[in-house]
Amino acid sequence: MNKDIIKIENLKREFTMGNEIVHALKGISFTISEGEFVTIMGSSGSGKSTMLNILGCLDQPTSGLYQIDGVSVKDLNRNQLATIRNEKIGFIFQSYNLLARTSALENVELPLLYNSKVSTDERKERAFKALEMVGLGDRMDHTPSQLSGGQQQRVAIARSLVNNPVMILADEATGNLDTRTSYEIMSLFQELNEKGITITFVTHEPDIATFSSRTIVLKDGNIIKDYLNKDIQSAATELASLPVEDH
Amino acid sequence: MRLLNLFKIAFKAIVLNKIRTLLTMLGIIIGVAAVIAMLAIGEGSKQSIRSTISSMGSNMITIRPGEDDRGPARGSGGDVQTLTYKDYEEIKGKTTLLNYITPVVNGSGQVINGANNWPSTIFGVNPEYLDIKVVGLQSGSMFTDAEVQAASKVVLLGQTVVDNVFPDGEDPIGKLVRFNSIPFKVIGVLEEKGENTFGQDQDDVVIAPFSTVQKRILAIDYLNQIMASATSEDDAPEAVTQVTEILRSRHKLLDNENDDFTVRSMEELISTFSSTSEMLTVLLVAVAGISLLIGGIGIMNIMYVSVKERTKEIGLRMAVGGKGSDILMQFLIEAILISITGGLIGVTLGLGSTIFIEKFLHWPTSVAMYSIIISFAVCAVTGIFFGWYPAKKAAALDPITALRYE
Repeated sequence: MNKDIIKIENLKREFTMGNEIVHALKGISFTISEGEFVTIMGSSGSGKSTMLNILGCLDQPTSGLYQIDGVSVKDLNRNQLATIRNEKIGFIFQSYNLLARTSALENVELPLLYNSKVSTDERKERAFKALEMVGLGDRMDHTPSQLSGGQQQRVAIARSLVNNPVMILADEATGNLDTRTSYEIMSLFQELNEKGITITFVTHEPDIATFSSRTIVLKDGNIIKDYLNKDIQSAATELASLPVEDH
Repeated sequence: MRLLNLFKIAFKAIVLNKIRTLLTMLGIIIGVAAVIAMLAIGEGSKQSIRSTISSMGSNMITIRPGEDDRGPARGSGGDVQTLTYKDYEEIKGKTTLLNYITPVVNGSGQVINGANNWPSTIFGVNPEYLDIKVVGLQSGSMFTDAEVQAASKVVLLGQTVVDNVFPDGEDPIGKLVRFNSIPFKVIGVLEEKGENTFGQDQDDVVIAPFSTVQKRILAIDYLNQIMASATSEDDAPEAVTQVTEILRSRHKLLDNENDDFTVRSMEELISTFSSTSEMLTVLLVAVAGISLLIGGIGIMNIMYVSVKERTKEIGLRMAVGGKGSDILMQFLIEAILISITGGLIGVTLGLGSTIFIEKFLHWPTSVAMYSIIISFAVCAVTGIFFGWYPAKKAAALDPITALRYE
């Protein structure tokens, strides 16, 4: 049995909106083990974004347990949360969130800039390795405006890998991309997963879920389905089967 | 997070927005340059006044008849006839702190040499006058005490007078000139001193023995003033007191009566004029300071826009592990870098314009080191002060909201 990366027990998150209390998450429990590729699905209003914020240590649960890599997140202050985000989580966003007019390499270096344990040389080397891993070793001097959407997302993936996180947290990472490019990105995620990297992918697109090993479906703040995917599709195969585009 | 990394980030943000940064700096640049240039002008004029006055003899003490506030209808000091040759002799006999002293009478008139004439002022003095005024001779010699006793008709001319009554460049020594129709023999030419700070031509003078001028030209029995020179600059204030006491007792003034004369040292004159120029300096610096303040507000404004504009970036930085303090420092360093760079450019520009003013406008300037240090320090403080609030605001952003900000 692999060790648990994420352990969530009876997790609740409530928001106060005026006089009303909104229960965004109503007592959720699940664990994610090392090496899993989990998609969290749900329509809007299902509590998906709240789940993502809590998983990413951007937000705190109202009650219940949330452990990441054995560290209980509850009662940590803002600075301690920032350290957890810096050392244990790799973020990938729908809109890439790269720094404009900044080279790919520097974008990838960013999380390490906030880690005082990493020296300048080590930072450059690790950023370069991460870029190579996503197949952009030859584009490290390009700025985001010189890269395509898919390439930009690859830079973002490299950025999420550079701090050797225990889990990559992707938020609709293919939402801005066309089918072909999103399959390319998914195939990259599968490759990374095969290397043993734990991935949690939040999405509302059902076909993305078929590439993952496990799917959790949220509805109205509760888990309604949590199943292992028996028949994992290979994104690379799907990509090959796409009709060749005319140019 | 290491400070060096923060500097790199802040530097990058500045470089990426060159034009905007430059415009932001402009206020600071102008402010600092203005402060330095204004102080240099102020300091320069102060020094020039001081050196002019010193060149007139820094130990000099002048005693004039009349006191500043006497009677409802006040005449100018020169019209009052309370100073006499006896006073001069009394002071000369009793003082211990003066090494030179001369009675002075003066009047204006026409210096005539054949067809050339020139209006000038004649000073009747004794030979010690030259030591008091610290003037040398270009040529010829000073008259002697004997010539003063004898009321000899000899004169020394200033360069301006020489230029005007001897336009052909002939040597005036030994020639006869007439002053108000009385013939005088020219025995010397005074050293050139040029204009003083107040625009007076110090070379437009005629010097003659005191007795000659008093008796033959002015026909008066009083003195216009007495000039003296203290043994040293430090003794000057005490010499003033001593002379005042001697004159009060000679004039038999009671304790409740005011002086009927005025004794002044150069030091007082310097401080009188300095205070005027100091006030002007304060005024100039205040104006410059205001522009520095406006420059600071400019920085604050831009930092505000910058924080707003980069909300998403801030969200990202926080998501990948940037702490609130990191974000605060990033923006603070950015503000300080802008203001310090602006300060540096301002110092350079200020020094440049000071040199320009000196070279092309011929105003006396003197760059005070403290003005550079102060304006530079003000810059750094401005950066911190006006950068703090926007930076604080950036650091307090909620990462979730910031990430979703469009």
